[in-house]
Amino acid sequence: MGSRTLVRDSDAELIDRLRNGDEAAFAGLIDAYSAPLLRLAVTFVQSPSVAEEVVQETWMAVVTGIGRFEGRSSVKTWLFKILTNRAKTRALRERRTVPFSEFEVDDDDEPAVDAARFLPASHPQWPGHWAMAPQPWSMGPEGTALDRETLAVLRGALDDLPRAQRVVVALRDVHGWPAAEVCAALDLSEANQRVLLHRGRSRLRAVLERYFTDAPTLPSPASGGGKRTAGEGHHV
Amino acid sequence: MTDDITTDLACNELVEIITDYLEGTLPERDRTRFDAHLMTCPGCREYVEEMRTTLRLTGRLTVASISSGARDELLRAFRRMKASSTGL
Repeated sequence: MGSRTLVRDSDAELIDRLRNGDEAAFAGLIDAYSAPLLRLAVTFVQSPSVAEEVVQETWMAVVTGIGRFEGRSSVKTWLFKILTNRAKTRALRERRTVPFSEFEVDDDDEPAVDAARFLPASHPQWPGHWAMAPQPWSMGPEGTALDRETLAVLRGALDDLPRAQRVVVALRDVHGWPAAEVCAALDLSEANQRVLLHRGRSRLRAVLERYFTDAPTLPSPASGGGKRTAGEGHHV
Repeated sequence: MTDDITTDLACNELVEIITDYLEGTLPERDRTRFDAHLMTCPGCREYVEEMRTTLRLTGRLTVASISSGARDELLRAFRRMKASSTGL
């Protein structure tokens, strides 16, 4: 559907500078994109050192290939395409890696919040409303040891996300990329990007909730009924 | 006790459209329902707050990048490439 990213002026200028051997331009590119590239690479090859090598290979491909770059995509998209191809080749060569699929959204029903925390659909007054509403988080002041621990927990949670969610959340929320750029770099539709972002963010929130509050012990996952003592908090 | 709107959002719906809400991609009508729901539901207000906190904390995660040695090596390769292309 012809959704190729048009080369922006800044991109055209960047390409010119690279072709003319402008070292500062290349250094700037490395500094801007190595981290996101590394983030994507580890989703394919798992070993951090191999991921670094893949990023290194990507940059070498840029060095040798800039003359052939046709500018039909943005430089960013081009970089991510190179990296994805290299990482896949590498993952195949090393049989130790898990098989990968493209960045697809599976149709699995993945609720943002455990269904058992809501009143059942059959509830006469408040169907689908909180049975166990979220409680305020007890967070310490930022910059403390506790705060560092929080970030460590969050990093672990991010690393534990399914691959596609992990990359999308990292690019959006850690690296701060706009949605459109993530879609272009990963070849995702806007809708799928949003689904992955939503699932990933929801999981991270759930992990932090468990960390910040004493995990609400769910009554019995089997029957959604009953438990309405906590329901007093809403719709006052 | 405001059960007047038949289109009222349930909490378990709100938690599924929160990303569209935060992304600004929610249709106007749903956005209105979302905001109306928040007015009356402390649990969902807390949930939205927690999601914003999650995003803020995620934004503070440090980012691993390539080593300075690897960076230097790339810059040397870039220089060599330039030298060889201009040397022809």
